[in-house]
Amino acid sequence: MLTQTSVLTHATATQAVGEVASQAPGVWLAVGQLVLLLLALAAVHAPLGAYMARVFTSPQHLRVERAGYRVMRVDPDAEQKWSTYLLSLLGFSMASLLLLYGLARLQQHLPMNLGFSVFDPAGAWNTAVSFVANTNWQWYSGEAAAGHLLQMAGLAVQNFVSAAVGISVAVALIRGFVRSGTDGRVGNFWSDLTRTCVRILLPMAFVGAIVLLATGVIQNFDAHTAIDTVAGGTQHVLGGPVASQEVIKELGTNGGGFFNANSAHPLENPSPFSNLFEIFLILVIPFTLPRTFGLMVGDKRQGWAILGAMGALWFVAVALITWAEMAGPGAAPLAAGGAMEGKETRFGLAASALFAASTTGTSTGAVNAMHDSLTAPGGGVTMFTMMLGEIAPGGVGSGLYGMLMLAIVAVFVSGLMVGRTPEYLGKKIGRQEITLVALYILTVPFLVLVGTALAIALPAGQAGIQEAGPHGLSEVLYAFTSAANNNGSAFGGLTSGTPFYNTALGVAMLAGRFIPIALVLALAGRFASQKTVPATAGTLPTHQPLFVGVLGTVALVVVGLTFVPVLSLGPIVESLS
Amino acid sequence: MAGSPASPGPAGPVGGRKTGPGRGASLSWTQVRAALPGAFRKLDPRELVASPVLFVVELGAVATTLLAAFDPSVFAWAIAVWLWATVLFATLAESVAESRGKAQASSLRATQQQTTARRVVAPSDTLASGTGLASCPTAEVPSSTLAVGDVVVVRAGEIIPGDGDVVEGVASVDESAITGESAPVIRESGGDRSAVTGGTVVLSDTIVVRITAPAGHTFVDRMIALVEGSERQRTPNEIALNILLTSLTIIFLLAVVTLQPFAVYSGSKQSMIVLISLLVCLIPTTIGALLSAIGIAGMDRLVQRNVLAMSGRAVEAAGDVDVLLLDKTGTITYGNRQAADLLTVGDVTTARLAEAARLSSLADETPEGKSIVVLVRERYGMGDRTPAAGAPDHATPATSSGGESTAGTAGAGGADDLTGAEMVPFSAHTRMSGIDLPLPDGRVRRIRKGAGSAVQRWVHSTGAPTSSGPGGTVAEQLAAHVEAVSSSGGTPLVVAEQVGEGPARVLGVVHLKDVVKAGMRERFDELRAMGIRTVMVTGDNAVTARAIAAEAGVDDVLAEATPEDKLALIRREQAGGRLVAMAGDGTNDAPALAQADVGVAMNTGTTAAKEAGNMVDLDSDPTKLIEIVEIGKQLLITRGALTTFSIANDIAKYFAILPAMFMVVFPQLAVLNVMRLSSPESAILSAVVFNALIILVLIPLSLRGVRYRPSSASAMLRRNLLVYGVGGLVAPFVGIKLIDLVISLIPGIG
Repeated sequence: MLTQTSVLTHATATQAVGEVASQAPGVWLAVGQLVLLLLALAAVHAPLGAYMARVFTSPQHLRVERAGYRVMRVDPDAEQKWSTYLLSLLGFSMASLLLLYGLARLQQHLPMNLGFSVFDPAGAWNTAVSFVANTNWQWYSGEAAAGHLLQMAGLAVQNFVSAAVGISVAVALIRGFVRSGTDGRVGNFWSDLTRTCVRILLPMAFVGAIVLLATGVIQNFDAHTAIDTVAGGTQHVLGGPVASQEVIKELGTNGGGFFNANSAHPLENPSPFSNLFEIFLILVIPFTLPRTFGLMVGDKRQGWAILGAMGALWFVAVALITWAEMAGPGAAPLAAGGAMEGKETRFGLAASALFAASTTGTSTGAVNAMHDSLTAPGGGVTMFTMMLGEIAPGGVGSGLYGMLMLAIVAVFVSGLMVGRTPEYLGKKIGRQEITLVALYILTVPFLVLVGTALAIALPAGQAGIQEAGPHGLSEVLYAFTSAANNNGSAFGGLTSGTPFYNTALGVAMLAGRFIPIALVLALAGRFASQKTVPATAGTLPTHQPLFVGVLGTVALVVVGLTFVPVLSLGPIVESLS
Repeated sequence: MAGSPASPGPAGPVGGRKTGPGRGASLSWTQVRAALPGAFRKLDPRELVASPVLFVVELGAVATTLLAAFDPSVFAWAIAVWLWATVLFATLAESVAESRGKAQASSLRATQQQTTARRVVAPSDTLASGTGLASCPTAEVPSSTLAVGDVVVVRAGEIIPGDGDVVEGVASVDESAITGESAPVIRESGGDRSAVTGGTVVLSDTIVVRITAPAGHTFVDRMIALVEGSERQRTPNEIALNILLTSLTIIFLLAVVTLQPFAVYSGSKQSMIVLISLLVCLIPTTIGALLSAIGIAGMDRLVQRNVLAMSGRAVEAAGDVDVLLLDKTGTITYGNRQAADLLTVGDVTTARLAEAARLSSLADETPEGKSIVVLVRERYGMGDRTPAAGAPDHATPATSSGGESTAGTAGAGGADDLTGAEMVPFSAHTRMSGIDLPLPDGRVRRIRKGAGSAVQRWVHSTGAPTSSGPGGTVAEQLAAHVEAVSSSGGTPLVVAEQVGEGPARVLGVVHLKDVVKAGMRERFDELRAMGIRTVMVTGDNAVTARAIAAEAGVDDVLAEATPEDKLALIRREQAGGRLVAMAGDGTNDAPALAQADVGVAMNTGTTAAKEAGNMVDLDSDPTKLIEIVEIGKQLLITRGALTTFSIANDIAKYFAILPAMFMVVFPQLAVLNVMRLSSPESAILSAVVFNALIILVLIPLSLRGVRYRPSSASAMLRRNLLVYGVGGLVAPFVGIKLIDLVISLIPGIG
């Protein structure tokens, strides 16, 4: 979103001085909300994980699903090879992309457009890709560009199905691990997609939306109305089906806000409680899928290990950002008494930091504070959390398969050190497997580094940079990191609504989503056709804390070594200033 | 295995040839000098391109050399020189590893001298019949012209002209040229010891050999190719690792190439030399340089133990083995049953039984007979010497753990006076053996030993009361002893005697048992800790097999095993996804050897077995299977350890190079210069020098393999992560700092 045109006016440094004058209550608030959040996540972990495992293993179809299959003319019981699965997925996503592009380009002529005009071609392309790729990068301002039809029939639908696509891919990979000696069949895409929407996302979104309504989030079909304020000025009060869209925005780790200010907007996120609930919604599926994974592979401990690595990385990010924001290094925060620029006073520092870590650790990209205004180290951590490849705990589905890909790298190196050729969950990591994983690991860094380098070197890219010096580099780096990793949050500052950025970031989003998906599905097919090797005392134990440590270290080192040079010229230099 | 030759000794390291220079693990100057020409030859980019990491370094070296030539400075030249050194150290590692096999290859080549073969000239059907060939006319032809199917006659003192099977005759053959073992071996037609190897020498007798391999493709040719590494192909895991290293190289290439636009934006444009230095330091040069040396050295470690792996793939598979099929005889137990105990019946004294057992065995040349004599001497002190009769009491089972006592006192007096004694050899009819001794009073003392039923039948035939009579208790005791011995997996040997013409009486039972080799239980415990299941394969019945299995500590038993059972067992394990290793020598082992993932054929075995397996053990020691597994694991661990080390190194290099690159524009980055390196140039050069030297330092380790002690996977991972992960993190901080201290003294850099 564009921060400089934000409707947000509350968050000025002066207003915040009082709130952060004393640090001690702030720390307790930070710990308190974290404990509350973890308790809530822990409470639903086992039942939701088991429920999702049942969804993907049950042979039964619901009546409404059967109807859907008849409309789509697909046989939900026909097992697909990985390649067919991939083609179905790509075909579906391509159709979605065209539909969104059409809705955006024809908005003027469609009902419920609130009088907004059409998107330009580059903008429509960017938006279509963004929502299909579960990125939800928004170059436009929701309340000033998208009508209700585009929001509901286009964007909100994609918020469901693009999330379901991610979960389907993760489930297909799990099936690859589970199956032994087959011809590479990994499930049925249409069935996985439908079940994820019907049985998981819709019911959860329904309950979530009601909770949000109760906290004060609006839900109506009103146009924006101008009212006179007590002070005598005129203010535009916005209307729209916000709650229904807000809930799936978080639950599906999408992040595209109804309003430009996203979760910083009082009508999207009115109170500290709604804020914590939204963080819960962001984290609940990514943190629960490891349980589903553990149950489906028949070893819950494997799920714990993956969860452990995700949780550890997320926790470190939360701790670092909270510390950075509360300690508030830098001249401006020091003068102001706290790093409150760009943050909501009704949330405060700790809740903003927790939200920032969770939204970048998952591929959500919703924001309740302006990341451009985070302290330099805090901003650097949000960037690094995305660069990890969205695995802490990552997007719905994509977080799990991303972490599993890294687990394979970790197994490949450390597995040799126990004197066996590497294997994970009984699957040998041979030449073809490691090639697929290596390409997966290469794709996103390639998009981020080449994209940022091009933007920084070309006049069209330089034109969008708001601030000179290291912070300008951070702005561009953040944009490409966010796009290629399908996060969608914006650092702000960067004027990204230009044809150059709309096109380049669109390419980064599309490639950053579907190339990894293709590689993951190919790997799932390979694994499904491999025979499973039974575990012995000589097998590398992948469920123990030691392996969790190795996995976390591999993630940090691989990403660190790739991005430290560019980070050292951006956030690192800024932090050390 | 059935028909296995006696194993050379208890489990333990088997002395292979220690000939040839540089077989030790350390890197001597002579070795390096000998390997240098090869190292330079390997700089050829066409060869180097197979290893993308090294190829990138070489490109960097060429580029920096050109840059230094056009814009000379001490720094530029120093970097260029050290980049070349990096590539050269890498090729040197491979060259040194290869040179270790060269010495062995040249000694093998010596056996390949051109000889004259005496080829049988006869119609093809006569040749095929394989009988009476020794008397056929022969023609002298050069050995290099022999074709498969030709039949040659080899006499004592002649060199066998090619690989083949003995079709007629039996001879002792000196195979020391290949096995390093000086004791001659017997080769005979038919059976499992018919294979002869070209280049070995017939010491006695004449044999007729049918050639089974054409000249140039013999066993020795293959051995030479293997030890020289000329046929070396990358193994699957090596290829996979190479892919990972290549992708890391691409990632770092990306990071460095895109760094320039960022640097330009930040107003600190970098020189090409600095960027190339950064790239070379980041890509995994250490493991890239040592990867092939590790593979060659792994094969070499097998060769040092006299095992020839026909492919590197087999060595890797050895590390992955889940199930070991071990033959009972010769592997787990000494080849033969040995007397372990004496059990008397009735009022017979132990001394009486011992004496009778010993007397009846003195002339018994079977290992069982000899072991009875040894047992009686050691436990009951009888007959330390047999001066009177000179009976063959000197025989001690070769595999006995006890030493032969020479300082003996005479045991039971004149009991050894065997004058006039008559041996009763074992016959299939009576199923007994024994001795008839004339007593001083003229009567004859007849002692018999044999299977329980046979001896009892003999006792009854002499008129002794049947078991229902007064001797009932004796019979019951005997039956109990026989049952006890049998159920413990042993073989009961009943001893009885008859004095004069009176009724014979049973004295007792000799407990013969398979003796498990010393240290086997510990080895199986180790294997279990490593996650490897051991299955003992034996032709014995289930009761016997289980008893021995329990004693040796193996996990499972395949009793009354036929070759088909063995094959079926391997298939069953493989269907469950497990990798199986086995050793074998007979022709009927061939299908199982071929089916097993690691099949080790004994060199004494048949050609069929040797061709079916993917390794050959020149010492023919089936116990070596365990060592082979350990070598396979050590190879994989070395690869993983050095990869981890290599990647961990990069962290320190960033701390050296990044501040050096950007400190000019962003002075605050000096905080990251944690090593306090003296200048940007010396920081970058120190990292490059460290990067090159660490290869040299690790060459001995890559040739020797990392220390390997059998333990569980998690224990091994913890240890190796600590040594090579944490060590790899810390070492370069120290190393780069030390190098910087030296380099900063160079004018123009410090």
